[in-house]
Amino acid sequence: MRPRQRAIVALLGGALLAGFLWWGALGLPSFGAYAGPYGDVVNAAAPADRQVQNVVTAINFDYRALDTLGEEYILFAAVAAAALLLRRVRTERQESDAASVSESEPNQPSEALHAWGLAMVACTLLFGVYMVVHAVTSPGGGFQGGCVLASAWVVVFLTGDTRLLHRVTNQNLVQLAEAVGAGAYAATGLAMVALGGVFLQDLLPNGSLGSPLAGGMMLVINAGVGLEVTAGFVLILLEFLHQTSETLEGR
Amino acid sequence: MDHLPYLVAAWLFVIGWYGIITSRNLIHLILCLSVVQSSTYVFLLAIGYRTGATAPVFNDVPPGTPAVDPLVQALALTDVVVGATVTALLLALAVQAHKQSGTLDPGGVETMRG
Repeated sequence: MRPRQRAIVALLGGALLAGFLWWGALGLPSFGAYAGPYGDVVNAAAPADRQVQNVVTAINFDYRALDTLGEEYILFAAVAAAALLLRRVRTERQESDAASVSESEPNQPSEALHAWGLAMVACTLLFGVYMVVHAVTSPGGGFQGGCVLASAWVVVFLTGDTRLLHRVTNQNLVQLAEAVGAGAYAATGLAMVALGGVFLQDLLPNGSLGSPLAGGMMLVINAGVGLEVTAGFVLILLEFLHQTSETLEGR
Repeated sequence: MDHLPYLVAAWLFVIGWYGIITSRNLIHLILCLSVVQSSTYVFLLAIGYRTGATAPVFNDVPPGTPAVDPLVQALALTDVVVGATVTALLLALAVQAHKQSGTLDPGGVETMRG
C-alpha cells in the first residue's frame, strides 16, 4: 500500500475510532467521582494489616505481588533480549574488522563538567538509595528508585567520559546483579512456602506503622526489584554505548 | 469538562495509533507506540482520581483520610518502568533492522512490508 493511501485509510479509521472513544468516554462517571470499592478497601487495609503507609507499595509487593513478579520478568526478558540483539550486531562487526572496543575516545571533557558530574552522581545515588529504602513510608520503591539509581550512570555518560563509565562499571557484575535481583523475588516467594505459607504470602514480622522497616516481605522484594531495575537500565545503557562507539569507529 | 482527562487519553491513543500506521521511520514508530502506551496511564490515573482526595500514602495524613485509588497507580508505576525496557528492546530491533536492510523505513524492511 502506498503511504498516501495508507494515510487516507488511517485517517478514516482514526476518525471512526476517535468517535467511538469520545462516545465511550462521555458515558463514564465524571472525572473525580471515584466510586469503586477496591481502592478504599486497600487504603484501609494496608496501614492496619501490614503497618505500611505507602499503599501503592503494599499492592505491588504484597497484595498483588504475583502480578508484579510477572512484570518483573517482562523487564528481565526485555533487558536480556535487548542485550542479546545488540551483542549479535557487535560480534558481526568485530568479525568484519577486528576493531578494539571503544577504548579510544578522543575528546577529553572539561574539568568543570567533571566536577559537576561528580556532584550530580553523588546526589543521584543518594536520592536513589533513599527512594528504594523508604518504599513503605513515602512515595518510592524499587521501581522508581532503581530508575533514579541507574540515571547516575547516565550522568557519567553525559559528562562525556565514556572510558570512565566503562572503568567504574564491571559489566559482569551488572549482569550478575540483574540476575540476582530477578532471582531474589521468586526466591522470596518460595521461602514463604518453606515457612509454611503460600507463594508470596507475607509471613515476616510487619513492624510498626511509620517505620521504614515495616512491611516484612515487601522490604526484601523491594530491594530485589531495586537491584534488578538499576542493573537492567545500566546494562541497556552499556550495550547501546558499545553499539554506538563501534558504529562511529566503523565509519 | 467533567470528562476532559478521558478525552485526553482517547486523543493520545488515536494520535499515537495514527503515527504508527503512517510512520516512515522505525524510531518514530517506536515513539508513537510510547504515546499510545502513555494514553493508558492517563486513563488509569483519571479513573482512580477522587476530587479533593490525597495520595494513597498515609505519612503526613492519618490513615482513613480520603485517598485516590492506589490500584491504578500501582499498575501505571510498574508499567512505566517495564515499558521503558520494552522500548529499549524495540530500539535494539530497529538497530538490527537497519543493519539487515540499510534503512529505517518500515516499508523498506523486507520482513515488515505489508
